[in-house]
Amino acid sequence: MFTYIKLRSPLMSVFLLLVVFSSLTLTTELAWSADTIIETAEQAADATIEKKAAPRMGPSDYRQIGSVSSRAFVWVVAQLHLFLAAFVLAVPLFVTVIEWIGVKTGDQRYDDMAHEFMKVSMTAYSLTALFGGTLAFSLFLLYPTFMAYMMEVFGNQVMVYALLFFLESGVLYIYYYSWYALRYGNKKYVHLSLGVLLNGVGTTLLFVANAWATFMMAPSGVDEAGVVTGGIWDIMRGPLWNPLNLHRFVANIAFGGAVVGAYAGYKMLSARTMAQRAHYDWMGYTSNFIAVLAFLPLPFAGYWLMAEIYAYSQQMGITAMGGILAWLFIVQAVLIGTILLAANYYLWNGMSRCEGSKRYTWLIKYIAVTLVGSFLIWVTPHTLILSAKEIADLGGSHHPLLGPFGIMPAKNIAVNLMLIGTFLSFQLYRRSDKEITVAWAGFGNALMAAIYLVAIANVIFLGVYYGYYTNTVYKVGSSVAQVMSTLIVIIAGVTIDTMMFKGAKNLPVTWGKISNRGVYALFALPIAFTWLMALMGYVRSSVRTHWHVYTVIKDNSTDNFIPNIGYAANMMTVATVAFLILILFIFWVASLSETRQAVPVQKSEQ
Amino acid sequence: METMQDEIIKESGGLPIIVKVLSFMLFMILVFTGIANLLPQVEGQAPKDIKVDLGALTMESYIAMGESIFKGKGTCTLCHNNMGRAPDIPVMDMEATALERLKDPQYKGTAKDSESYFRESMIEPSKFIVAGFGKQGETSTMPIIDKAPIELTEVEMGAVIAYLQAKDGGQPTVELPTDAPAVAEKSAASAEPPKPAETAEAVLTKNGCTACHAVLDSPATIGPELKTIGSRLSKEEIRESIINPSAVIAEGFPPIMPPDFANKMIVKELEMVVDFLYQSKAVDSKNSETKEPEKEVSNENDTPKHTETVPEPETDTESNTEQKGE
Ligand code: HEC
Ligand code: HEC
Repeated sequence: MFTYIKLRSPLMSVFLLLVVFSSLTLTTELAWSADTIIETAEQAADATIEKKAAPRMGPSDYRQIGSVSSRAFVWVVAQLHLFLAAFVLAVPLFVTVIEWIGVKTGDQRYDDMAHEFMKVSMTAYSLTALFGGTLAFSLFLLYPTFMAYMMEVFGNQVMVYALLFFLESGVLYIYYYSWYALRYGNKKYVHLSLGVLLNGVGTTLLFVANAWATFMMAPSGVDEAGVVTGGIWDIMRGPLWNPLNLHRFVANIAFGGAVVGAYAGYKMLSARTMAQRAHYDWMGYTSNFIAVLAFLPLPFAGYWLMAEIYAYSQQMGITAMGGILAWLFIVQAVLIGTILLAANYYLWNGMSRCEGSKRYTWLIKYIAVTLVGSFLIWVTPHTLILSAKEIADLGGSHHPLLGPFGIMPAKNIAVNLMLIGTFLSFQLYRRSDKEITVAWAGFGNALMAAIYLVAIANVIFLGVYYGYYTNTVYKVGSSVAQVMSTLIVIIAGVTIDTMMFKGAKNLPVTWGKISNRGVYALFALPIAFTWLMALMGYVRSSVRTHWHVYTVIKDNSTDNFIPNIGYAANMMTVATVAFLILILFIFWVASLSETRQAVPVQKSEQ
Repeated sequence: METMQDEIIKESGGLPIIVKVLSFMLFMILVFTGIANLLPQVEGQAPKDIKVDLGALTMESYIAMGESIFKGKGTCTLCHNNMGRAPDIPVMDMEATALERLKDPQYKGTAKDSESYFRESMIEPSKFIVAGFGKQGETSTMPIIDKAPIELTEVEMGAVIAYLQAKDGGQPTVELPTDAPAVAEKSAASAEPPKPAETAEAVLTKNGCTACHAVLDSPATIGPELKTIGSRLSKEEIRESIINPSAVIAEGFPPIMPPDFANKMIVKELEMVVDFLYQSKAVDSKNSETKEPEKEVSNENDTPKHTETVPEPETDTESNTEQKGE
C-alpha cells in the first residue's frame, strides 16, 4: 500500500512547493485576480454582446417535470447539495487544525483522528459534486430564463467557480492520499500547507457560490431594470455577501463537527474493545467540542446578517422577523434549544470520565434548571397572539401584529441565559481534569464568579427594564447590550482560564467512561443542526417574497408564494431524511475500506 | 455508574445499535416536523395585480381600493403599525398630520397640501423624515413606493392617497383615474361590442370625463368645469366640443381633451351626455354648491381663473396614460 503512494522525494517536493506557492498567491490575491480576469474578459465580451435588462417572466419561462412542483424539486436537490457541501468544506477545516495540533503536541492520536475524519469526508465529496451537477441541470431545465439572466450577470465568474472546483478536487485527493507519505519531519509541513491550500480553495468556492444567493436577495452591480452596470466585483460584493460568508463559514464548521460527532458516537457504541471505545469517545468529544465552539458565535453572525438585511431593506428585515415568517422562530428556538440542551447533557455526562469533576457536580442541577426554564420561556409563543385566521383577517400575508415577537425581551433573556449556562458547563468540563496551581487561584475563581453574576443580572435587568418599560429603539439597543454581556462572559472565561491553567496539574481522564445515554446527545446534535440549516434556508429564500432576484426579476411562477411553515417543514424533513440516508451510505463506504475479510487461517484484524 | 467493562462486553442486548440510533434520529425529526405543523399555517401570497374597471370606479370604491392596497399589496402595515417602526398611520389623523408636517420648519419638500405630501412621502420619502424615524438628510427607511419591490402604479398610489385623505373623515382631493385608453385596449381585445351606458352619469364616468372636469362629484380642474356648462354653450356647441374638441379651445386651457370620443361613444350615449350637460345650467348651482362650496362655482364664465389651480396638467395626463400602458 505504502509503496504504491510513495512519493519520489525531490521531484515531489518541487511539485508540492509549486502547489503551495500557487496557493499563497491564490489565497492572498484571489479576490484581485478573479476580479481582473473576469473584468477583462467581460470588457472583451462587452464589445459584442449588448447588455440586457432582466426578463419579465411569463408561463413559458418555467418548466416542470411531470406534475412535480419545480420549486419542491429544486428545493430538495439544492438542500442536499448544501448539506453535503457544508460537510465537505467544513471537515478539512478542522482536520487541518487537528493535524496541526498533532504536530504541535507530538500526539499521534490527533494525526490518526484527523486522517479518519478526512476519510469520512472523501465519499461525501463526490456526492457533493453529483448533487451540485444535478442542481445546476435542474435549474437550467426548470428555470431556463432565470438562469440565462444569472449567466448574463455573473458571466465568466461561473467558470472561475468551475476552475476552483478542479483545483479543490486535485488538492483534496493529494491531501488525503499523501497523508502517510508526508507524515513526519519537514514533509509534514508540506502536508499541512496542502491542508491550508485546500481550505483556501474550499472557502473561496463557498464565497463565490454565496454571491449567487446574495445577489438574488440584494442585487448589486445592476440597475433597476436589471441591466448589468458594474464589474463582477460590484455584483459579488453586495450588502449581504460578507455577512452570509461569515455565517455559512462558521455554521459549516458546527455542522461538520456535529456530523462527524455522530459518526464517532456510532463507532463508540458499536466498539468491541476498550481501546476502540476510548478512541471514539475522544473523537466524539473533540467533534462535539468543535461543533459547539463554532455554534456559540453563530447567533452573533446571525445578528450581523440580520442587521445588514435591515439596512438593505427594512421591509425585507421585517418580513423575516415580524411577518408571517415570525412563527418560524419558534421552531428555530426549539432547534437551538435542543442543540444547547444536548450539548450540555453531553458535557455533564462526559464529566464522569474524570474524577476531578466531582468538585463541580453540585452546580449542574442549577445549570440544568436555568437551561430548561429558559428553553421553555423561549419556545412559548407567549407574545404571539394571532391565529392563522386572525392573520388572514388582517389582510393576509402582511399584517402588523406579529410584531411583538420581533422584540421579544423575555426571549432575549432566555437565549442569553442559555448561552451563558452552556458556556459555564463547558468551562466546568474543561476544569474538571485540572488541578489549578497558580497562586491567585482563589482570586481568579472569585473574579470569574463575579463576572457570571454581574452578566446574568445585567441580562435579566436589561431584558425586563428596557424590554417592557421603554420604546422600541431602547429594546433593540438593550438586546445588543445583553449579547455583549454574554460575549464578555465567554471572552473573560477563556482568558482567565488560560491564565489559570498555567502549570496546572492534569488529573487522569478515562476516555470511554461515559454512559451510552450521554452518547445519544451526539446523535441529537447533527439532526437538529441539519434541520436548522434547512429551516434557515427557508427563511433566507422566503424573504425575497415574490421575486427571483429581489426588485429585479419577479417570480411569476405558480410557486411565487411563501409556503406555510408546515409544508416547508415537510420539505425540510424530506431533505434531512435523504441526507441521513446519504450519510449512512458515506459512513458505510468509509468503514468498508477498514473491513478486511479474514485470511482463512488467521482471525480478522479490525 | 456501571463499570465500563460490563458495558462493553454486554452488547446492550435488544435491537441492533444502528436501529436504535436511527429510530432516535427519526423520532427527533418527527418531533420538529410535528411542531412546525402544529403552528398556524399561513402562506405569504404574492400580491395579485388588481384589475380595476376604471370606468366604473367611484370615489368610494377608489378609497376602498386604497385601503386594501395599504394593507395588502403596498405592505404599508408591515411598518405602519403600532410597533413603533414607522408612524402609526392607521390610528393617526393623516389629514391633520400632513398639514402639521408642512408647517414643520424642518420641512424642505415641495408639497403644498395633503395630497402632494402623501405622494411625496411615497415616492420621495427622504425629502422629509418624520422625527424619531431617522435624521433629516439621510435616506428614509420607508421604501420608494413606485419602485420595486412594492411597485405601486400611479392609479394605485392615487387610491392610497384617497384612502389616507378619507380615512379620518376628510374629503379626498385625488382625481379618479381616467380609463380612455384602457377602454380602447379592452374593446380591441374583446370582439363583442361594448354595452351602452344606461345614464348620462355612467357615460361621464366611463369615459373619464370626471378626471379632467368638475362634473358630477368630481372636483377636477384640468378642463373647464361642466356643472354650469349649459349656461355657457348651446347643445350644438357642447356636442361639437366633445366630438371635435380642437375645433374651439376653451380660453385658458391647454388643448389636451382627448379627440377620440367620437369613436368611442355610441350616438345614444353622446346624446344623453349632451342633454345632461346642457341641462346643467348655472341656475342649477344649488346642486354644486352643496357639494363643493369652496370651488368658486360663481365665476363660472371666468374660466382662466381655474388655470392657476391647475398644476401642470400635462404631467397628470401623461402619468395616467403611462399607467394604462401597463
Ligand atoms: C419598510 C417599512 C415601511 C413600509 C413598507 C412603508 N413605510 Fe411609510 N414610512 C416608513 C417610515 C420609517 C416612515 C417615517 C420616516 C419618513 O418620514 O420617511 C414612513 C413615513 C410615511 C409617511 C409619512 C408619515 C408622516 O407621519 O408624515 C407616509 C404618508 C407613508 N409612510 C406612507 C406609506 C404607504 C402608503 C406605504 C405603503 C404603500 C408605506 N408607507 C410603506 C416605513 C415604511
Ligand atoms: C384629458 C382631460 C379631459 C378629458 C378626459 C375630457 N376633457 Fe373635456 N376638456 C378638456 C380640456 C383641457 C378642455 C378645454 C380645452 C378644449 O376646449 O379643448 C375641455 C373642454 C370640454 C368642453 C368644452 C367646455 C368649454 O367650456 O368650452 C366640453 C363640453 C367637454 N370638454 C366635455 C367633455 C366630456 C363630455 C368628456 C367625457 C366624454 C370630456 N370632456 C373628457 C379636458 C378633458
